Amino acid sequence: MERYAEMFARLDAKNEGAFVPFVMIGDPDLAQSEAIICQLVESGADALELGIPYSDPIADGPTIQAASIRAHKSNVTVAKCFELLTRVRSKYPQVPIGLLLYSNLVMAQSIDGFYKKASDAGVDSILVADVPIREAAPFQKAADANGISQILIAPPNATDETMEKIGEYSKGYTYLLGRAGVTGAETAVEIPAAELIAKLTAHKCAPPLLGFGISTPAQVKSAIDAGAAGAISGSATVNLIAANLDDNDAMLSALGEFVQSMKAATAKG
Amino acid sequence: MNQLDTKFGEFGGMYVPELLIPALDQLEKAFLDAKDDPSFNEEFLGLLKDYAGRPTAMTLTRNLVSNPKVKLYLKREDLLHGGAHKTNQVLGQALLTKRMGKTEVIAETGAGQHGVATALACALLGLKARIYMGAKDVERQAPNVFRMKLMGAEVIPVNAGSGTLKDAVNEAMRDWSANYDTAHYLLGTAAGPHPFPTIVREYHRMIGEETRAQILEKEGRLPDAVVACVGGGSNAIGMFADFIDEPSVRLVGVEPAGKGVHTKEHGATIVTGTKGILHGAYTFIMQDHEGQIEESYSVSAGLDYPAVGPQHAYLAETGRAEYVAATDEEALNAFQLLARKEGIIPALESSHALAHALNMADEAEEETIIVVNLSGRGDKDLAHVTKILGDKL
Repeated sequence: MERYAEMFARLDAKNEGAFVPFVMIGDPDLAQSEAIICQLVESGADALELGIPYSDPIADGPTIQAASIRAHKSNVTVAKCFELLTRVRSKYPQVPIGLLLYSNLVMAQSIDGFYKKASDAGVDSILVADVPIREAAPFQKAADANGISQILIAPPNATDETMEKIGEYSKGYTYLLGRAGVTGAETAVEIPAAELIAKLTAHKCAPPLLGFGISTPAQVKSAIDAGAAGAISGSATVNLIAANLDDNDAMLSALGEFVQSMKAATAKG
Repeated sequence: MNQLDTKFGEFGGMYVPELLIPALDQLEKAFLDAKDDPSFNEEFLGLLKDYAGRPTAMTLTRNLVSNPKVKLYLKREDLLHGGAHKTNQVLGQALLTKRMGKTEVIAETGAGQHGVATALACALLGLKARIYMGAKDVERQAPNVFRMKLMGAEVIPVNAGSGTLKDAVNEAMRDWSANYDTAHYLLGTAAGPHPFPTIVREYHRMIGEETRAQILEKEGRLPDAVVACVGGGSNAIGMFADFIDEPSVRLVGVEPAGKGVHTKEHGATIVTGTKGILHGAYTFIMQDHEGQIEESYSVSAGLDYPAVGPQHAYLAETGRAEYVAATDEEALNAFQLLARKEGIIPALESSHALAHALNMADEAEEETIIVVNLSGRGDKDLAHVTKILGDKL
């Protein structure tokens, strides 16, 4: 069974939702980033969503943009990201690992070449932020050929046509956008996602994880109460890296406490 | 589903977050509806004629070319209201904004010409404009920043990345992602995701159509070549569109070679570029081997862009159009030469096209008619050029 399905089955049995933190690989540098990622898992993250730094992240707000810039300043390359992923995978054989990145990083290696490298590194899913369903076919083909789940986004303004396509093609999980706009903790998630979640269920889409603007345990709880299979928190996680750049140990303990408190909010009922 | 082709061969497409797809579909629909609506066309053509000053003149240069076999004409988009060709398509998209019931306009600008055009159209049509501009460009195009503000637009400097046009586009797209319900993203060139490259071409194609009519009237035949500068490529595609099916007319696009295409400081995407995705389209871009976008460079802010419109990529790939590059130095020479010989101060962008046309004129061995699209006037560049040339005049 693939790792996302295993995770959702395991959490269902415990009557819990998933908490999935996002960080940028190589932020603030490669060594500390690896320590951060291990800390996220050790502190209770159910899965990992990891970014590869990109020069022109149009779907990201200032927090994630700054994370990319820090990683670039530390000379983090795509090749080094794959090396780190390989190490994390061997350390944590069960944790689902998703990549969230931009299309040109994929195109630069050839779509199939990129997915093969990701698969070899132990990646479970890939979400390409600037590839909508309409352009997804070649990416899905490469994903299928390499045993990777292509993650699709369900935006709040999704048409029925989009929902149907997500139902048809989604694998792993469905990234449910909590609101319009770009990533960031400045603008909070809008929780009346219940209606959207009901639609996803009706179209038999992969389990929805709610993201964009999730920064508090209360929001995680609301997301799960509304029927989401879990919540993704990116900017709030990355903010803790940005706030502790002068003290690596303080950074790790802040992240640890944050993940524990967010994870605690995933208990259902 | 799209009603129009979203791609030019393998180029173009809609590489944007899923969230923006409904807004792009709405735009495509509004564009198609407007095309068949006589009242829209009447208003658009009326504004082009009575407000912007179309048709623009076609000028035969008197002193610029020494080769007696060559006639070099200038299509005078520099005379258009706003100072550049940009006003054409901005008026069209501003009318579409109102048609879609939106009240705000988001735009990006490099040289400031698209920003000025957006500001004037929004002032005229009662729309609220906010314009993203790279911080470096805000500095080198100060007069245009003042013009935009004077006409009521909000100018937002962008410090992220290289602080130039590509970063302004990123920021405009982010704004649009949050505000598509009330705001239209009035993209300023024939690049970006479908349907922008098609809309921008169609709303600039009168440049080539007028050129055809004017040259037929003056010469009784089509030109041998039309020449235009290419950054994103809007003025060039406007000039080329009506001649694509005329194989006897050479289509020549001139990219910015900056300090030389063999240096890292240029913006010649087609001449040197590799294929990739930037700002929603698969096209030629400037990037490193892992796909990180590289910063472009040109003396002219309007050509300082590391991608190019996807239809140009297609015209290059199929060989229908030829693309070359002119350096800063060549452009600056052409800039001064046109001023001195013809009494016309061209935009630095257009000076690139002129520089290459002058080379073509020198090399011509047969009777040749060349039309250069003089896409804008150089008033906005005077402070910048003064800094470079100093007292060398």
